[in-house]
Amino acid sequence: MKRDLLPLLLIPLLAAAAFPLVGSSASWVTLTVAGLAMGLMIFVMASGLTLTFGLMDVLNFGHGAFIAVGAFVAASVMLALGTWMQVDSLWLNLAAFLPAVLAAMAVSGVLGFAFERVIVRPVYGQHLKQILVTTGGLIVAEQLLKVVWGPDQITLTRPTALRGAILLGDIAIEKYRILAVIVGLVVFAALALTLNRTRIGLLIRAGVENGEMVEALGYRIRRLFVGVFVVGSALAGLGGAMWGLYQETITAGIGGQVIVLVFIVIIIGGLGSVGGCFVGALLVGLTANYIGFLAPKVALGSNILLMALILLWRPQGLYPVAKR
Amino acid sequence: MWTARILRAQDSRVRWKRAVHVSALLSLRGVKTNIGRYHILHGVEFDVAEGGLTMLLGRNGAGKTTTLRTIMGLWRAHEGEIHFAGRDIARLSTPDIARLGIAYVPESMAIFGDLTVQENLVLAARSAPPERKRLDWIFARFEALKRFWNLPAGNLSGGQKQMLAVARAIIEPRRLLLIDEPTKGLAPAIIVNMIAAFRELKDGESTLLVVEQNFAFARQLGDTVAVMDDGRVAHTGTMAAFAADAGLQQHLLGLGMGEHQ
Repeated sequence: MKRDLLPLLLIPLLAAAAFPLVGSSASWVTLTVAGLAMGLMIFVMASGLTLTFGLMDVLNFGHGAFIAVGAFVAASVMLALGTWMQVDSLWLNLAAFLPAVLAAMAVSGVLGFAFERVIVRPVYGQHLKQILVTTGGLIVAEQLLKVVWGPDQITLTRPTALRGAILLGDIAIEKYRILAVIVGLVVFAALALTLNRTRIGLLIRAGVENGEMVEALGYRIRRLFVGVFVVGSALAGLGGAMWGLYQETITAGIGGQVIVLVFIVIIIGGLGSVGGCFVGALLVGLTANYIGFLAPKVALGSNILLMALILLWRPQGLYPVAKR
Repeated sequence: MWTARILRAQDSRVRWKRAVHVSALLSLRGVKTNIGRYHILHGVEFDVAEGGLTMLLGRNGAGKTTTLRTIMGLWRAHEGEIHFAGRDIARLSTPDIARLGIAYVPESMAIFGDLTVQENLVLAARSAPPERKRLDWIFARFEALKRFWNLPAGNLSGGQKQMLAVARAIIEPRRLLLIDEPTKGLAPAIIVNMIAAFRELKDGESTLLVVEQNFAFARQLGDTVAVMDDGRVAHTGTMAAFAADAGLQQHLLGLGMGEHQ
């Protein structure tokens, strides 16, 4: 198969174009790693959303709720295990960090299951109602977070081993960003392997293209959708936990803030495409960091501009899914 | 003259129904289907005899595709009964209907373009990986599928996609095959292979219900025929009798004399 490599080439092209503008190679490396880390965290949050849209055409604006819940649950676990977070031992730090992200994934996954059953299921196939009811779900979830965790922002401190930066000559790379890159790449590899090497992945890919035909072959696509929705919610929880620790402050509005970036990424990537979501997320992360450094005043609009440019080039996104 | 012809046709339909009813694998009785606010099927009734090939004919918009989709549960019959092997399937979900042994080839082919030819067939073989012997049988008829085994199905030509759509339906033995316009856009050489494959299938394990616009293809292959008009079945009978009655064809299908060959 002849792979479409052009969108993938945009990543090194963007990085190369930024190099002369940034000037210093040390700053360029720092910004590039920061951009990749940010992009991969957004990818983790967005991957489930793009698949649920692809499978059942569900526009879930409530996805931000799973991100926020993940951030709050992880923060609670890490604060409860505060002593392990503060000691100067990578293993003890990880012993606090791992249960925190696992708990975030579990709670977000369970919430996703309930959300699908109560809020999404009654509005299958009705886009306007989906937007209204899932946005309502996000607002309710934000208010419930304030009820449970209080209205004030929670301040988190990263584990000792993940604070600061690694210095390579005059290049500084934040340790936490390296972890974010590793986690993002592991999630991408796991999703790619599942989608390309397993029967369930085959079913998901086929279902994204033509769910009706998958049903006519004898497979129950709704069950598949619920499974993908729950896994997507759990990944949003993982992304939220990572993002909360990246920002070091968490508010009930965290989901609503990040969901804008998440939607930009899945639109850029081509709705329903995990590969497109990956490339789109990296482009968004890199653009945000380069523009934030070069022209901070236009940083806020840079991702919208990126989306507009990409949609002018490819109106269906970088990797459009061949729909029925 | 026309009244007498229609009466004769209806008479033959009654006799045909009596003949096949005992061995009907699929029976539709009073099936009505609405799509949105449009009433498409107005009480469809016909039987598909086990082990045979029934052609579902009719003009464009007569309701043939809607009938197949209703049998498959892709559109709901809001009234009427659909019996398959003695069981009412009108209220079952599409996957449950498929699991009873019914395969469907839609007019759009609906192959999975991002999946390879191999992946399309692996997915269609629900119970186990495709059998080597079965695959060889398919490759003998549709050689292109072997040649492009690892190619994404989206890259196939229209005819090759049609072959894949049919192969997907027959990759495992199925009791009933519902096939919507299998010859659409196909080269004559491929149509010959398709006819051979369908004949072998009906002589062996499957019963076929085929929607077709190509009457030359239909008359070669069909044992029985059901002709639809405006959401109802207007005529049923043997294909031999229908093929011999040019006037009835003209009346029900609007075929000119040149199209009878």
